[in-house]
Amino acid sequence: MTDELMDYDEVMARYDVVIGLEVHVELDTASKMWCGCTTAFGGDPNSHTCPVCLGLPGSLPVVNGEAVASAIRIGLSLGCEVAEWCRFARKNYFYPDMPKDYQLSQYDEPICFEGGVDVEVDGQSYHIPVERVHMEEDAGKNTHVGGLGRIQGADHSLVDYNRAGVPLMEIVTHPIWGTGGKAPQVARAYMSFLRDMMRALKVSQARMERGNMRCDANVSLMPKGSSELGTRTETKNVNSLRSVEAALTYEIRRQGAILGAGGRVRQETRMWNEAGYTTAGRSKEQAEDYRYFPEPDLVPVAPSREWVAELRASLPEEPGRRRARLQGEWGFTDLEMRDVNGTEGAIDLIEATVAAGATSGAARKWWCGELARRANEAEIPLEELAITAHQVAELQALVDGGTLTDKLARQVIDGVLAKEGTPGEVVEARGLAVVSDDGALGAAVDQVIAANPDVAQKIRDGKVQAAGALIGQVMKAMKGQADAAKVREIIMGKLS
Amino acid sequence: MNDTLNATAAELARRVATGEQSAEEITRIHLERIEATNPVVNSFLAVGTERALETARGVDAKRASGQELSALAGVPIAVKDLFCYQGLPTTASSRMLEGWIPPYNSTVVDRLIAADMVILGKTNLDEFAMGSSTETSAFGPTRNPWDLDRIPGGSGGGSSAALAAFQAPLATGTDTGGSIRQPAAVTGTVGVKPTYGGVSRYGVIAMASSLDQPGPCARNVLDTALLHQVMAGHDPMDSTSIKAPVPDVVAAAQRRDVRGMRIGVVTELGGEGYAPGVEARFAEAVELLRELGAKIVEVSCPYFEYALATYYLIMPAEVSSNLARYDGMRYGLRVGDDGITSAEQVMRLSRAAGFGDEVKRRIILGTYALSAGYYDAYYGSAQKMRTLISRDFDQAFTQCDVLVSPSTPTTAFRFGEKSDDLLAMYKSDLCTIPSNLAGNAAGSFPIGLADEDDMPVGLQVMAPVMADDRCYRVGGALEEALADRWGGPLLERIPSLDSLEVTR
Repeated sequence: MTDELMDYDEVMARYDVVIGLEVHVELDTASKMWCGCTTAFGGDPNSHTCPVCLGLPGSLPVVNGEAVASAIRIGLSLGCEVAEWCRFARKNYFYPDMPKDYQLSQYDEPICFEGGVDVEVDGQSYHIPVERVHMEEDAGKNTHVGGLGRIQGADHSLVDYNRAGVPLMEIVTHPIWGTGGKAPQVARAYMSFLRDMMRALKVSQARMERGNMRCDANVSLMPKGSSELGTRTETKNVNSLRSVEAALTYEIRRQGAILGAGGRVRQETRMWNEAGYTTAGRSKEQAEDYRYFPEPDLVPVAPSREWVAELRASLPEEPGRRRARLQGEWGFTDLEMRDVNGTEGAIDLIEATVAAGATSGAARKWWCGELARRANEAEIPLEELAITAHQVAELQALVDGGTLTDKLARQVIDGVLAKEGTPGEVVEARGLAVVSDDGALGAAVDQVIAANPDVAQKIRDGKVQAAGALIGQVMKAMKGQADAAKVREIIMGKLS
Repeated sequence: MNDTLNATAAELARRVATGEQSAEEITRIHLERIEATNPVVNSFLAVGTERALETARGVDAKRASGQELSALAGVPIAVKDLFCYQGLPTTASSRMLEGWIPPYNSTVVDRLIAADMVILGKTNLDEFAMGSSTETSAFGPTRNPWDLDRIPGGSGGGSSAALAAFQAPLATGTDTGGSIRQPAAVTGTVGVKPTYGGVSRYGVIAMASSLDQPGPCARNVLDTALLHQVMAGHDPMDSTSIKAPVPDVVAAAQRRDVRGMRIGVVTELGGEGYAPGVEARFAEAVELLRELGAKIVEVSCPYFEYALATYYLIMPAEVSSNLARYDGMRYGLRVGDDGITSAEQVMRLSRAAGFGDEVKRRIILGTYALSAGYYDAYYGSAQKMRTLISRDFDQAFTQCDVLVSPSTPTTAFRFGEKSDDLLAMYKSDLCTIPSNLAGNAAGSFPIGLADEDDMPVGLQVMAPVMADDRCYRVGGALEEALADRWGGPLLERIPSLDSLEVTR
C-alpha cells in the first residue's frame, strides 16, 4: 500500500492512543428477531422469508423473547445494568438490502448499559468500560453480478433476504484510554474474551471468520500530554482476532505518519484488507441523519426484576476463571494450558472428553494434536469434526485396554471421520485390533528370527538394543496390529 | 328499495341461518347493486364476484348440512382497500401499489373469512388513507350517495358510500385521525374507532402506526357492534394488540338505555367554525339524551385546542418512515429500471411517480419533523402534548362516563371546495383527532340532517380505553329514540341514486 507508516515505537513516544470497539454478535436463536422464520445459514435465496422479514405492506414485527433474554444475559455477563424499560427505535435510511428502508435498532434506550470487564495482556490487567449492549436486526445480502462483483460496474444486483431480521447484538465500549503500546493487544484480548463469553453463554457461535461476530475498531491519536481526543477512524471488516490487532497497529502507524507530517486525519470508515492494510471507506465528516424515533409498532421491553434475577442465576462461569479452575483440575502446566487455549474450541471438548471417562492428558493429546490437525486440514472448526467427545474417550479406552496402539487409533479416527461408525465399530469393520494372540505373534517372531540369524545372535550376546530391528520387522509383518512392547517381550523370551 | 338491500346485517344473517334466503341470493343481489351503481358512486376499486359467490354457496352448504353458523355468516361485507386480502389487489388507492396482490391476509380479513362472511370487494380511500374526502385517491374520488357533488368523507369514503348506497350492509374501516368517523358522519352511517389495540393492525397497510386503528362500519348500531365483535380481540401478530376480552359491544348496542349515564359535552368542540345545522342537530341530540335519563355535564379539555397541530407532527413523522418501503425494489411501481440507472435513482423516480401530492407533502413534513436539530422542537414537543391531551381525557372521565361532540364541524363539502385550503380540509378531523392521540374508543352516530343543506350530521361518542361498549350504549339509545321521532331510520330519507345528477 502507499500509506506512509510511522515506526510503531515512535508513534508511542509521541502520541497517546485511544481505542473504542463496536462489536456485532449474531445470535443463535432458532427464529428471527421479529418473525418465526429460521435463522439457519444458507438455504435457497429468499427461502427463509415471510411477509414480516420482507417488510411487506401491512406486516408488523413482534419481539423474539429469546433474543431479549440473550441480550440481557450478555449485558449481565459484562457487568452492565439492565434497563427497567426500553424501546426499539427506527434508524431510517434507504438501501435495497433493508426491506423496510429502516432498521429496527435501539438508540437512546439500550437494553443494557454501563458495565465493564478486565482483560489481561502479558500479566497486566486492563479495564474495558462497556457503554451499552443493544438489540437490532441484520439486513439482507446484496450480490452484484457482472463487472468486478462490486456495485460500481455491475450488470445487476440480487438481494437475498434470508439474513434480514436475524437478531444482532451490538456491544459498544466507551473510549479506552491508557493502554499505551499495548492497545492492539488489549483489543484482541477483549475480542477473545467476548468470543469465549458468547460461547459460554451459548448465545452465539461467535465465529469471526463466519461473520457471527464482527468488530468495528475505532482508534485515534493525541499528542502526549493533550487531553483532547484526536480524530478517529473506524476500521470495518475485521474478521479475526489477529486482524483486530493488525488493523489497529496499522491504523496507529498510518495516523502517526499523517500527524507527524503535520497533516490531519480524516474522519472516515476504513476497510481492513487481509493483505495487511486499510483502505478509505465512507467519509463520516458529514454525519448521516438517521432520523431515529421510537418504533411505534412495538411495545416497550420491560424485563421484570424477577426475570433479570433468573437470567443472572443462569450465567455461566466467567471464561478466565473457568480456564484457571480447569487447569488446576486437569493438572496441566502453563505450557500445556497455553496449547489448550490456543486451540479454538478445545477446552469444551477436553472437558466433555474427561467427563466421558478419559484422562485429561489423553483428551488434550487427541484434541490439541491429531484432531486439531485434521480440523485444520479440513478447514473446519474443531467442534465440527465428525467425532464426539464420547468417541474420543472410547478410542482412548481401546488404547488403554491394549486393543489399539496410537498408530492404529489414528486409522480408527479415519474411519470415524468417514462416518463408518463408533471407534468400536470401526475396529471391528476394518479389523484393526492389536493381535494379542500369542501363537500368531510367536510364529511371526520365529520367522523374523530365522530370517535374521546375525541380529538374533547379537541379542543372544547381550546387545539388547539390536532387538529394535527385529521388532520393526515383526510389526511390519503384523501390519502394525501388534503391541510393540509385547513383541519385544516375546523376542527377548525366545533369545535369552 | 329492494327488501334485501334494505335489510340489516343481523336480519340477513337470520335469513341465511333459517334458510329463508340463501347467502348466494343475498350476495348476488348486492353484486348486482354494485354493478349498477358503482360507475356513478365509485366506491369499489375491485369486486371479487366469483370468490364472493363461492363463499356464499359454501355458507349455504354448511347450513344445509346442519352445521352451526356464526353470527354474521353469509352476510356480505366491503373491505377498505388497505387490508391485505389474497383474493384481490390491495392498492391503498395509490399508483405505487396498483395491481399488487398480497401473498397474505390481514388478521381482520382472516377473521371475516373464519366467520363465513362474504367479501364483496375492496373500497376506495384517500391515497394511503391520507385525506378527508377520497379526493386524493389515485383512482378517482368516491361520490356521496346523498349528493353526488359532495365528498363521502375520508379516508374511508369508499366504505361509507358503499353503505349509504346500499351496496353492502357492512364495511371495514381504519381510523388514524377520523377516517371511520368522519365518513360515517357525512353519509348518515355508523362507524366506530375501537380502543387502540382493540382490533389487530396486522396486514393493514400502515399510515401512522401509533394512531391507526381498524374498526367496523355499518348502517345501524347493532350491525356495527356485531362486526366489531368479529374483528376485535388479541392478535399475537400485532404486539400493540391488547390482551384482554373484547368489551361486550353487542349487549351494549341492544341495551337502548342511557338512564343514569353521565354524558360530558366538550366545551372546546363547538362554537366558531361549526356549521349552524351541525350545532342545531347536536344540541337537539344532547337534549334528547337528557330526556332519556342521562345526566349531561359540561366538560373542558383545554389541550384539545392543540390536537390538530400535535397530530400533524406525529402522523407525518410516522408516515415518512412507514412509507419508506415503497421504493420500487421489491414490489409495486418501479420506474427507470433500464439497466443503467442506479438503484438509488430508481427509488427516487419510482417514489416521485408513484406517490400523489398529499402523500409527498406528509412525507416531507415528517422527514423534517424527525430531522436532527428539529426533533425535540417538533416530534418531541408533539409527544409531550399528546400526553397532555390524554390527561385531558383522564380528567374528563373522572366526571363522566362518555364525552360527546359533533363528529365533524361541517357536513359533507363539495368536491374541490377545500382542495386548495388544506387547513380547512385538515379541520374536518378537529373533533375526531383527540381520540386517536389518546387511543380511546370513539364512534359516530347519525343524528339528522342539517337545515342548510339537508346533509347528514353525526354525533361523536368518546369512551375511555377498553370501554368501547359505552359508545354503543349511547349510540343504540339515540338511534332508537331518533327513529321513533322520525318514524324510521335516517337513511330512509336518502334520495334514490337514479334521481341524482352529477354536476361536478
